[in-house]
Amino acid sequence: MEKLRSIEQFKLFQDKCRREFEEYPLVISVCQGASCRAAGSEEVANVFEKLTTGSSDIRFIKSGCQGFCEYGPLSVVRPSNIFYQMVKPGDAAEIMRTTKDDGEVVDRLLYTHPATGEKLGREHEIEFYSKQQRIVLALNGYIDPLRIDDYLAHGGYSALAKALQVMEPGHIIEEMIEANLRGRGGAGYPAGWKWKSCKEAPGDRRHIICNADEGDPGAFMDQAVLEGNPHSVIEGMLIGAYAIGGTSGYIYIRHEYPQAIETFSAALDKARELGLLGDNILGTDFSFDIDMTFGAGSFVCGESSALMRSLDGQVGEPRDKFTHATEKGFHDEPTTLNNVETWANVPHIINKGAKWFRSIGTKDSPGTKVFSLVGKVNNTGLIEVPMGTSLREIVYDIGGGIKNDGKFKAVQTGGPSGGMLPESKLDLPVDFDALTDAGSMMGSGGMIVMDEHTCVVDVAKYFIDFLIEESCGKCLPCREGLRQMSKILHRICDGEGTLKDIDDLEALGQTVAATALCGLGKSAPNPVLSSINYFREEYIAHIVEHKCPGGVCMSLISYHIVPDLCNGCGECDEACASSAIRTVRGQKRKEGLLCEIDQALCDKCGACMQICKENAIEKRSPAVASRGAA
Amino acid sequence: MEVTGHPEMTEPASEIEREVEELIGKWAGNPSKTIMAMLAVQEKYNWLPQKALEYISIRLGVPKGQIYHIATFYKVFSLLPRGKHILQLCTGTGCHILGSALLAKTLDKRHGIPWNGTSDDGLFTLESVNCIGACSMGPVLVVDGEYHANVTHDRADAIVKRLRKRANKEENNGEA
Ligand SMILES: Cc1cc2nc3c(=O)[nH]c(=O)nc-3n(C[C@H](O)[C@H](O)[C@H](O)COP(=O)(O)O)c2cc1C
Ligand code: FES
Repeated sequence: MEKLRSIEQFKLFQDKCRREFEEYPLVISVCQGASCRAAGSEEVANVFEKLTTGSSDIRFIKSGCQGFCEYGPLSVVRPSNIFYQMVKPGDAAEIMRTTKDDGEVVDRLLYTHPATGEKLGREHEIEFYSKQQRIVLALNGYIDPLRIDDYLAHGGYSALAKALQVMEPGHIIEEMIEANLRGRGGAGYPAGWKWKSCKEAPGDRRHIICNADEGDPGAFMDQAVLEGNPHSVIEGMLIGAYAIGGTSGYIYIRHEYPQAIETFSAALDKARELGLLGDNILGTDFSFDIDMTFGAGSFVCGESSALMRSLDGQVGEPRDKFTHATEKGFHDEPTTLNNVETWANVPHIINKGAKWFRSIGTKDSPGTKVFSLVGKVNNTGLIEVPMGTSLREIVYDIGGGIKNDGKFKAVQTGGPSGGMLPESKLDLPVDFDALTDAGSMMGSGGMIVMDEHTCVVDVAKYFIDFLIEESCGKCLPCREGLRQMSKILHRICDGEGTLKDIDDLEALGQTVAATALCGLGKSAPNPVLSSINYFREEYIAHIVEHKCPGGVCMSLISYHIVPDLCNGCGECDEACASSAIRTVRGQKRKEGLLCEIDQALCDKCGACMQICKENAIEKRSPAVASRGAA
Repeated sequence: MEVTGHPEMTEPASEIEREVEELIGKWAGNPSKTIMAMLAVQEKYNWLPQKALEYISIRLGVPKGQIYHIATFYKVFSLLPRGKHILQLCTGTGCHILGSALLAKTLDKRHGIPWNGTSDDGLFTLESVNCIGACSMGPVLVVDGEYHANVTHDRADAIVKRLRKRANKEENNGEA
């Protein structure tokens, strides 16, 4: 490809891309997001690819994450927006055939509304999609992330062209301040103000960094943007660099996302080929490029000062916040660091203006937010909603309620730094300030829904143990305080806690929060403090009754076979790795063979319960030691 | 900080050094690429052999102590050889509440693959990974880079059995 040497050339090329994209009357996409890939979407895509090669009327697209992960592999036909779910390689030919003979749909691959049983054929008829507002994710599912032409055909890089052509750098920063785009990586600091102080800091060189470490375990918003629309991030960074006077760019991607790394790296190459990165971008005197670095599996490296050390090839220890990165960041030079989603919002703001952006969301948190909705909810996946949408709308309308008609217990927002919110907080509007006031936080957008079979003490313990592993060990409150909290939590889960432990946890948690050096330690006690605050009775049940209400804590549960339901098939025996199941002559089912669990041998792994087709295995809490006692 | 060698003057002297040179030569004299270099080496060998680390130290100009600091700080790095097959069990929050940790019990008891360790026959290493972004499909088990969704005890069992069978077959063929 020829380099584009002027804005005019760029516009002509963009028109050409648009025309070429529109030449195809039909577009079929297959989602290649991580969940869909895990469900086998690569094989589906291979078949489609073979069938569509050489076709002049069907364009086939391997798209980034389309969001409705629960029902993957997904395939959508456009412009009719016919939505197919759980597609298998063998379905491809049928989809092609029916689609071409226009108007027809493959009925069995449509989504069925769980309550009404109605088949819903179009994407916008499905509540999961219709209640969302997609800005950052708008093109996921519409474009092939590996083809820059597709992005250009949908108006890509227009914002950069506009910025270079008609906007002064100072004007862009004013627009960003006016838009009040708050950082999507967790803390919610306004990007415009960050850019302004970086621009005004003394120094000849300025660094622009994209934080793609996405450390929250159980969240994949940034992954979906990087894999689905990488050029939106590049364009955002370019605009930022132009406005701030950035001389060098970096993206720090966690190595656990190999696909994102591959896609982003290909996108960088393409942008360079077209002259959108490198020297004299689009013939102007603005030059900028982006270097890629990988994370190596460390949560704390998502913290901005630790990230800058890691970017420099060092151990990722955070530093104190008396010095601002905007003045002395990477290599002690002025640095602007923003999250993937923050950068991806920038082109939209430049294209449509701050006023438009502020018309979405709430007064103090404008715009939308991408969340990954996972856990015990029916429609898990990736969603984008205006700020201020209530948790109830997210969990029940978009998420379709709790799996298996279960009962909602809590939702964790903000990952390991956030908190668990109970049913009484479901009407909370989701924005930066409301979540913080409720003892949780926005975080980067992980949202984990828990039902009655989840134990909040276990989850609190899980997060603290996670953070102990990830703590860099530099400051004492975090290093030692979390360890003590973990000890107490383990004790409670083992049924050996005392009521005083709850008070100690609170006191310790408050101390760690007040005295730790960086954001990791300061926010680490949140899951514990919020769960004590909202679910104190569960802690008490563990301590006083030796009962785990969620049926999770191993010391407090036991597995039993219900004689009435057991048909003696012996599958559980085969599944049991501890040889804890024996077959006996039972007292029911006409004295036939029954299975029985030897509590002394049982490892409580739950394999028997998973395999039993008769649902004849039950969990009890408090644990019952022997059959006689049951 | 004392630098342990002269990055520009080094010539690869052994097979392993030649291999490592190919991976990291482009970063000679650039200590800020230490982690990238170590990731490249680990990707090739599955672990970080001492000779390779020594070469990185000289070639990039980074003290050996710092390299070992990095190797122990970051979770991906392994200073011990890992198994032929790498099983990564996701312990992210999404997978955790769907019971992923319990699967480790099956792998250990049934197949002798310890949590964060390697089976005695050197065939399998079982590690935890903090979320690979397929949280909707948990519990997720990554086997040599391939994602397996909604893994049950039964399926984990089948996956390992299949790989072991294949390994046995290969071994027998090799002997014959
Ligand atoms: C322990 C810790 C982990 C963090 N991890 C991430 C992360 O994975 N991704 C991210 O964008 N921000 C993360 N942050 C927040 C960053 O420090 C920083 O605030 C953010 O990236 C700034 O970008 P933003 O203003 O666009 O949100 C983390 C913070 C802490 C304290
Ligand atoms: S939590 Fe397991 S893939 Fe995200």
